[in-house]
Amino acid sequence: MSAPAPSLFSPAAQDVISRLGLKKGRANLEEFASTLQELAEQDRQILAVTSDSRGSGKLGPFGKALPQQIVEVGIAEQNLVGITAGLAAGEKKSFGVSPACFLTARALEQIKNDVCYSDVPATLIGISAGVSYGALGSTHHSLHDLAALRAIANITILVPADNFETREAIRAAASASHPVYVRFGKAVMFNLHTPATKFEVGKAIKLREGTDVAFIGTGETVIHCLLAAEKLSQEGIQSQVVSMHTIKPLDANAILEAGRECRAVVTVEEHSVHGGLGEACAGVLMQAGVAVPLRIVGFPDEDTVTGSQADIFRHYGVSMEGLAKTALELLENSGSLA
Amino acid sequence: MTDHALQLKSIQYRQKLLRYITEAGAGHTGGSLSCVDILNVLYNRIMNVSPDNFDQPDRDRYIQSKGHSVEALYVVLADQGFYPEAELETLCRYQSPFVGHPTRKVPGIEMNTGALGHGLPICVGLALAAKLDGARHRIFTLLGDGELAEGSNWEAAMSAAHYELDNLTAILDHNTLQITGHTHDVCSNEPVDEKFASFGWYVVSVDGHDLAALTEVLSAKPAAGKPTMVIANTVKGRGVSFMENVVSWHHGVPSPEQYEIAQAELTQAESTLLGQLN
Ligand SMILES: Cc1ncc(C[n+]2csc(CCOP(=O)(O)OP(=O)(O)O)c2C)c(N)n1
Ligand SMILES: [Mg+2]
Repeated sequence: MSAPAPSLFSPAAQDVISRLGLKKGRANLEEFASTLQELAEQDRQILAVTSDSRGSGKLGPFGKALPQQIVEVGIAEQNLVGITAGLAAGEKKSFGVSPACFLTARALEQIKNDVCYSDVPATLIGISAGVSYGALGSTHHSLHDLAALRAIANITILVPADNFETREAIRAAASASHPVYVRFGKAVMFNLHTPATKFEVGKAIKLREGTDVAFIGTGETVIHCLLAAEKLSQEGIQSQVVSMHTIKPLDANAILEAGRECRAVVTVEEHSVHGGLGEACAGVLMQAGVAVPLRIVGFPDEDTVTGSQADIFRHYGVSMEGLAKTALELLENSGSLA
Repeated sequence: MTDHALQLKSIQYRQKLLRYITEAGAGHTGGSLSCVDILNVLYNRIMNVSPDNFDQPDRDRYIQSKGHSVEALYVVLADQGFYPEAELETLCRYQSPFVGHPTRKVPGIEMNTGALGHGLPICVGLALAAKLDGARHRIFTLLGDGELAEGSNWEAAMSAAHYELDNLTAILDHNTLQITGHTHDVCSNEPVDEKFASFGWYVVSVDGHDLAALTEVLSAKPAAGKPTMVIANTVKGRGVSFMENVVSWHHGVPSPEQYEIAQAELTQAESTLLGQLN
C-alpha cells in the first residue's frame, strides 16, 4: 500500500556503482554499534549513555550483552551530555549516543562547557545525522551541528563516509584523550576503500585522482562525489575525490593540494551551506591565496523540502547527476572548460 | 455534540490516522491512538478555535508538545475544516506541507514542535501574554510521559506556578510507555501527580479515553491562581487490540494484513456504537 522508499541512486547511478565494482556494506549506524560493543567487551570502562535512544542507536544487542555498561537517562539530552562528561571525568570511557539534532542543539552548552572546555575524554555520537530522518522534518534534521561544533574549541569532529571510516572513527574515539564528536546516518553504505587504505584522524583520504575538478565531500555524500567523477570522466573531465572524514582538525594540506591541482573545487556535505565543510575549505583556500572557482553544495538557508533523505538529496543536487552538473557549470562559468 | 456522536468521531479519527500512516509508510501510531480522544474533546467540545477565528488573538491555543503524534492532530484539524482531508494523502511525501511533525505550514497549527520538551515553556509564554492583555482565552498543551524527563518541563512548571497561570492547562498523555519501554524502567517520573502538586499546580486525574469524563475535567473552572495538570490515563495504541500497550507500535507501521485487521476491528466498534444509537 505504501509507496516504495525512493532510492538514493538513480538507475544510471546504480549502473555506475556496478561499473565501479562498489560493494554494499551496511548502515554506518550498525557498524558503529557493533564496533562499540566489540570495544566494550574488551574494555569494561567503556560505557554507552542513551536518552531513550538505544533502539535508534542500534544498541539493543549492546544493552543485552553488556547491561552494566549502558546508562539510560530518559528523554533528556542535556542530562545525557552532562552525565557523559561526568562519567569521563570519573575515569570512564563514555560514549553519549543520541540523535545528532537533539544532541548538538539541545545540549550545546553542556557540550561546550562540560565536555570541551573541561576537556574530558568523552565521545558524543550523533546518530541519524543530517537529513537521515527525512520526512520527520526540520526538528529532526541536523544541518547545524558541524557549524556549531566547529566554533567550539577542543573537539575533534568526524564524519565517516562508509563502514571502514566509521569503524576507524569509533576506534580512534575510544582511544582519544580529548573530546570527540562522530556523526553519521542510517542509510546502507557502499564500501569505498581498499584493504590497503589507512585511516588517520585529521588526514583526508583521496579516493580518486584528477586535475580538472576536485570534489571534497564528507560523510554520506562522498559516494555521490565518486559517481559524479566517474560520470564526468565519460565526458573527458578528470576529477579527484577526497573523503574529508575529519572536519576538525581540518586537513588544510589536502584542500590546498586539491585547489592547486584542479581548475575547480566542489565541496559537498549533508549540512547547511553555512558554517560547514564548504566554508571551512573556502577559508583555507582564500587565506592561502589560492583562488580557484568554488561551489559549496549542501542545504541552502531555507525551510528544507519535505521528503525522504533521497528526495532531499536529489532536490538539492546531492546526487551523481546534480554534482556532475554543478561541476560542469562551474568549469563553464569560470571559463576554464578546456 | 452528543457523547455518542463524539465516540463515533473518535473511531473515525482512528481509522483515518491509521490509513494515512499506512499509506505514508511512516508515523507514530501508538501515541496518536493514545491521544486522539483528548484531541477530539478539546477541538469538538472545549476550545474556541476554528478556521473562522484562527486569526483572532483571543482564540484558544493548543500546542502539541508531543509533536510526534502529529497524525492524530492532522486528522482532527481536517475534520475541523482547516484543510480538505484529501490533502493528507501527501503525508510525508516529497514537497508536502504535511511533515512528520507539526509545523506552521499547516493551517490550524500554532507552533512547530517535535523536539520534546518545548511545548510547556511556549505555553507559559502564551498564557503570560494573555494575562498581560487581560484576555480570557485558554492555553492547552499535550505532553508525553516519557517527555517529562526533559528538564525544560520542570523549569516551565515552576514558571507557570510562579506567574499563577490559571489560564494554562497541560494534559499528560499518561500511557506509561516510551520508545525503549516502560517509563518506570527508562526514567521514572512517578508519582507524577505529587510532583506537579508540589510545584504548585492543580492536578486532576482522568480516564483519557472517557470522553464525558475528559469533557467534565477540561471544562471545569480552573483553580484560581494555579495552572492545571490533567493526568489523562491512557493506553498506547488504544482501539486496535494488537497495538495496545505494545512498545514497538510507538512508530510501528501496519503491514497490509495488519492494516486490514485493525480497520476491521474499528469498523466493528463503529457498528456496535451505531447499534446502540438505534
Ligand atoms: C528532544 C527530543 N528527544 C528525543 C526525541 C525522539 N522521540 C520521539 S518520541 C519519543 C518517545 C516519547 O515518549 P512519550 O513522551 O511517552 O510519548 P508517547 O508515549 O505519548 O508517544 C522520543 C524519545 C524527540 N522527538 N525529541
Ligand atoms: Mg508515553
